Amino acid sequence: MKSEYDILIIGGGPGGALAAKTAAEAGLSACIVEKRPAIGVPVRCAEGIGEDLIGEFFDEVDPKWISAKIERAKLIAPDGSSFYLDPAMAGNEVGYVLDRKFFDRDLIWQAVDAGAECYVRTRAVDAIVEDGVVKGAIIEYAGKQQEVRAKIVIAADGVESKFSRYCGIDTTVPLRELETCAQYLMTDIDIEPGVTVFYVGRDVAPEGYIWIFPKGERSANVGIGISGTQSKDGKRAKDYLDKYVQENFPEGKTIELIIGGVSVCQPLECTVGDGLIIVGDAARLSDPITGGGIYNAMYTGKLAAEVAVECIGKEDCSKKALMIYDETWRGSRMGKALDRNYQIKEIFVKLEDKQLNAILNSVNNLAMKEFSTLSLIKELIKLNPKILKDLAGVKKYFD
Amino acid sequence: MIVIRREICGYCGACVSVCPEAALELVDAYLEVDAEKCKNCRICVRVCPLGALEVSDEE
Repeated sequence: MKSEYDILIIGGGPGGALAAKTAAEAGLSACIVEKRPAIGVPVRCAEGIGEDLIGEFFDEVDPKWISAKIERAKLIAPDGSSFYLDPAMAGNEVGYVLDRKFFDRDLIWQAVDAGAECYVRTRAVDAIVEDGVVKGAIIEYAGKQQEVRAKIVIAADGVESKFSRYCGIDTTVPLRELETCAQYLMTDIDIEPGVTVFYVGRDVAPEGYIWIFPKGERSANVGIGISGTQSKDGKRAKDYLDKYVQENFPEGKTIELIIGGVSVCQPLECTVGDGLIIVGDAARLSDPITGGGIYNAMYTGKLAAEVAVECIGKEDCSKKALMIYDETWRGSRMGKALDRNYQIKEIFVKLEDKQLNAILNSVNNLAMKEFSTLSLIKELIKLNPKILKDLAGVKKYFD
Repeated sequence: MIVIRREICGYCGACVSVCPEAALELVDAYLEVDAEKCKNCRICVRVCPLGALEVSDEE
């Protein structure tokens, strides 16, 4: 490892990988440090992503990244009634369940091929901050610590992000806005292979949901997220999951236990500092309704590097110069969706099961022009004008 | 003082993100607690998906 790079990237997930690749392709020196001994493991994800979203970054989607193609979704109300969400055009793929072990590794491979450096089992233990300006990180590698300086540091260190904190930014997620999650990769279970299933309700998953994301004909990620404030002894994410699995897949085999936290709070107030850009989960950019964060991390990782390249070229890496990153993502489709979905989430988590049943039962095997959370919410509102009054504050998002 | 039950902890980092004191740190495959920063608020005890964190009685 050198002692100086143009860009130092903390974390080797999809956000860090896209940042490194983008920077290296622009001819800058970029270095990724990943604290784990391998890229892509342990998985901390349900692995779902929209078809249109992944296409934005690649000319071709490598088949080995994809565990399953998704054609429709099924929603199950607290009273057990269910309905399907279908894209309007039959045969249309709406999304994928990825294999993050392959996907993440390939993204890093692409970054390294483009000229970036990558070090695993290597951790940032502190930030180098001089006169309030981030100048690099203290990197621990093979038991030794060294200073690594950079013109810009990109914090892509995920939900457990500490780098921004080293730089003096409070990134604490409020307990009620941290979904605590447990998931089994199960096999030998009866599922609908092209269908993602979502269960909602206070009894099954308080202030969260249970999901079944197919990974193959008879395999799936079966998981749950519940609000941190709902989590307590005997009623933790894993307790709810075990109960569900016992009742629904008693014969299934569990071949992986995956756990983690997903923030459903608003993004950090500001995602840049002097010499610092924060991306993906570390910037609290996972979707407040779905918890999805892969696209958001890749989009902001790439954008962060583009801005970094520009600012390094102009020899101004101040917070003021980097603000264009913050402004751009907030004004993007992603930024607007985060804003809107946060407001909607705040209403939905307060609904009683009785209300959820009424709302979901108003919909019957909905065919949507555009397959998205937004179209679903729009339909729900159309069919339930009464909840519109609760949504008065968010009406502007639908005009 | 927060005690980490290593035989239960899945080192996922959920607790790290909610700790208001930045007292927890996920070091690859194990979790560390900084006893000087920790104020025993028990937020991490609640959020753990597996129940790996406890508060010991000895203060």
